[in-house]
Amino acid sequence: MLNLSLKELSEGLKEKKFSSVELTKFFLNRVDLHNSSINAFITTDKDKSLAMAKRSDEIIKEGNQNYLTGIPIAQKDIFCAEGWKTSCGSKMLDNFIAPYDSTVISKFNAVGAVNLGKTNMDEFAMGSSNETSFYGNVKNPWDIKTVPGGSSGGSAAAVAGMLAPAATATDTGGSIRQPASLCGLTGLKPTYGLVSRYGMIAFASSLDQAGPMCHSAEDCAAMMNVMSGHDPKDSTSIQREKENYLTDINNPIKGLKIGVPKEFFSEGLDPQVEKIIEQGISEYKKLGAEIVEISLPNNHLSIPVYYVIAPAEASSNLSRYDGVRYGYRTKEYDDLMDMYCKTREEGFGDEVKRRIMIGTYVLSAGYYDAYYLKAQKIRRLISEDFKKAFEKCDVILGPSAPSVAFPIGDKKEDPLKMYMQDVYTISTNLAGLPGLSMPGGLMNNLPVGIQLIGNYFTESKLLNIAHIFQTNTNWHNLTPEEFK
Amino acid sequence: MDWEIVIGIETHAQLKTNSKIFSGASTSFGKEPNANACLVSLAYPGVLPVLNEEAVNCAIKFGLAVDAKITEHSIFARKNYFYPDLPKGYQISQLDLPVVGEGNLIIPVGDENKSIRILRAHLEEDAGKSVHGINEGKSGIDLNRAGTPLLEIVTEPDMSSAEEAVAYAKKLHELVQWIGICDGNMQEGNFRCDVNVSVKKKGDKELGTRREIKNLNSFKFIKQAVDYEVNWQIEKLEDGGKIKQATILFDPDSGETREMRSKEEANDYRYFPDPDLLPLVISQEKINNIKSKMYELPNEMKSRLVKEFDLTNYDADGITSNIDVANYFKELLSFKVNAKLASNWILTNLFSRLNESDIDIKSSPLKANKLAELILRIEDKTISNNAAKKVFDEIWDQDKRVDEVIDQLGLKQISNENEVIDILNQVLQDNEAMVEEYKSGKDKAFNALIGQVMKASKGKANPGQVSQLLKEKLKN
Repeated sequence: MLNLSLKELSEGLKEKKFSSVELTKFFLNRVDLHNSSINAFITTDKDKSLAMAKRSDEIIKEGNQNYLTGIPIAQKDIFCAEGWKTSCGSKMLDNFIAPYDSTVISKFNAVGAVNLGKTNMDEFAMGSSNETSFYGNVKNPWDIKTVPGGSSGGSAAAVAGMLAPAATATDTGGSIRQPASLCGLTGLKPTYGLVSRYGMIAFASSLDQAGPMCHSAEDCAAMMNVMSGHDPKDSTSIQREKENYLTDINNPIKGLKIGVPKEFFSEGLDPQVEKIIEQGISEYKKLGAEIVEISLPNNHLSIPVYYVIAPAEASSNLSRYDGVRYGYRTKEYDDLMDMYCKTREEGFGDEVKRRIMIGTYVLSAGYYDAYYLKAQKIRRLISEDFKKAFEKCDVILGPSAPSVAFPIGDKKEDPLKMYMQDVYTISTNLAGLPGLSMPGGLMNNLPVGIQLIGNYFTESKLLNIAHIFQTNTNWHNLTPEEFK
Repeated sequence: MDWEIVIGIETHAQLKTNSKIFSGASTSFGKEPNANACLVSLAYPGVLPVLNEEAVNCAIKFGLAVDAKITEHSIFARKNYFYPDLPKGYQISQLDLPVVGEGNLIIPVGDENKSIRILRAHLEEDAGKSVHGINEGKSGIDLNRAGTPLLEIVTEPDMSSAEEAVAYAKKLHELVQWIGICDGNMQEGNFRCDVNVSVKKKGDKELGTRREIKNLNSFKFIKQAVDYEVNWQIEKLEDGGKIKQATILFDPDSGETREMRSKEEANDYRYFPDPDLLPLVISQEKINNIKSKMYELPNEMKSRLVKEFDLTNYDADGITSNIDVANYFKELLSFKVNAKLASNWILTNLFSRLNESDIDIKSSPLKANKLAELILRIEDKTISNNAAKKVFDEIWDQDKRVDEVIDQLGLKQISNENEVIDILNQVLQDNEAMVEEYKSGKDKAFNALIGQVMKASKGKANPGQVSQLLKEKLKN
């Protein structure tokens, strides 16, 4: 059961090679065995998971099996799941048991998938290395001295370490693609609005998007078939007909025009990572694709713009954690203001506080025009860059991250260096475009990710392009030695 | 020194929707604390706002009623501040691009009309409330009101006296009820005014520094508060002092205003467009659709009544003073009664009776169909106007048929001419002196004779008929 794709697991369940309960027990045992070394999960609940598995076995028996019925899925701790502790990686919500299901969770429940547990993450999804979690840092299964990437590091490590066959994740500035890259996985950040944000704890509302993190593009497609779709509870959710992301997954890609942005290959990119990206490009050429050079001239502005907009939204979104209604409240206080201050002082970690401070500053009277408004204008320019690029090509290819997994603690004291981790991923969030990261090779035995960026709603095509690559290469099937 | 008073008003009208502006929670009043607080009202992690279309429709109706521009693309913004009754840490409101743009409202000032410019009206959600004194040393939070839809209506500083401020508030109060977007229940706080007051030397171009009196929820308080505040400001200035911009409260017990907090220390609200809500797009088609279903506005109805039924301006004003009176009147007309008679009966007999009983027309025990029956009996001359008043008293709060009461009280007019002539002849015979007086040129005697005939007929003769017959008789 260890090396099976979601499709194979689904078939195994159908052919009664194993039951959902057996499958769930298998992965829960993997968690028991390995979680202490990588810290991928914040919460597991065997009884709950097995009860779900039992129900799934009933569904299968009745012949109503869906692709993901009975399959255990690790859920990022950002998704509210009724009756489950949902902490978002923060002390602030350490005691918070969600009283309702997020739309993503209810969609998995509806098809009879099994919740395997809640995965570790950077606090409120703020971080690029999973070192800001209240529950301790996650370790990269490829080398436990290195980071798994952030903020979906727990989901990435869980799947890379074979503790779960697939996981959900979220991406605000690269939090699916960067950890997928660092952990050798395939991760998709869909078009903004394609997956409902309802019940997903908000970081930066105009950038947050949920997506899958799996071994292969085909698995991601199966996950997307469950996760996507219009949700009336989310006003920014897009109304369009639901797609089947598996239908076109095997389409030939001959004649495909791949745009390579020259700005993605400038200083800061590790030369060995660059070499692996070049190899990926050659592979696509062999498969019949045409390579065109494109330009994203404003990409260098995406990090400064992101660090105005995301903190601005976060400072407002995180105001609700005030100790009044739920979550952490300080033990002793003199008056209301003291209660607010101490609760937030004690409940939030440094990175969250840093961003709240930045966000409060850029929105304040006298600075709004200079920072927030200007950032929104540049954000539009960044979108325009992509629009122009897609007049020349079908898909954009580049690195997912500037380097491979780095040692734990390496960038922790230097936020600006840490922020550079997302230099290739942030612009798609600002533009609301879909982006995918897939493994393209190893450097010093650590995975390197290739990023594919598509136009709006081209998830099907992205998954298809990645899948064709994966049917001709084997990078996505590699497992770190100690987790085999 | 002569001073000019400058007043602008911001009104919060709670919109009459069944559910809250961004969630499906109920808006019903008087429920136990937090009974109407859903996950969205409580700002649980991960929940999102979904705009209630009905609140938007209410705003459009208001825009149309004050002849304002409806903004095609309006934006919801977050107003950020910390307060225990503000669960999200921000209030969703509109700053730039409010749903209703510039318009105006005509108010009566003495015998004249004055146009008050409406600057804007925007949609926003209400906050909850803190409850003190239940547990010693602790405060409770009731979020039943959190998320109820409000329309904040802002005027230009166009009013120049407490009377005008009250006239505006009353007119606005009537209007929002008329168009059915607000209950206007001021005690429950669903119509409350913040009044901005400043004074300046007569003729000065520049406005004085204003102080904002918060949350006035009765017309009486508006009058008292503005009068007090104006005096306070003038005295202060005449003493050589300066006015500091401030938010103030009115204490109805002492009749005084006092400072809440000065604006200098006020919050920086850090407004920015709410990323959870898309711009609100309102099509012309939607506006037209709402317009076509809208009730005739009070001013339109007033001029129609004057034109169509020859009502006096004064009476037409009375009938269109509020939607319930207008509806009562319309219902009377549906029974084909004479409009002038109907208007008279509402504005005099019905109103005075309602005032005595201290109830509003909506809860009048005498329903329109019953009053219509009575008016029709006047019209067909079955009873006299005076007799009708007696019937009115009998049927006011009792389930009696109009015709039965007329019979019981023997109020039916004598319409048989011969019968009237008989009575008349007897009266002339008995009052020869009066006849002589009349004939010698004293017109007063004529009325006295009519009075005698009415008396002799026990009020059952028709005075018009009596007068006519008498005139004929006396010619001879």
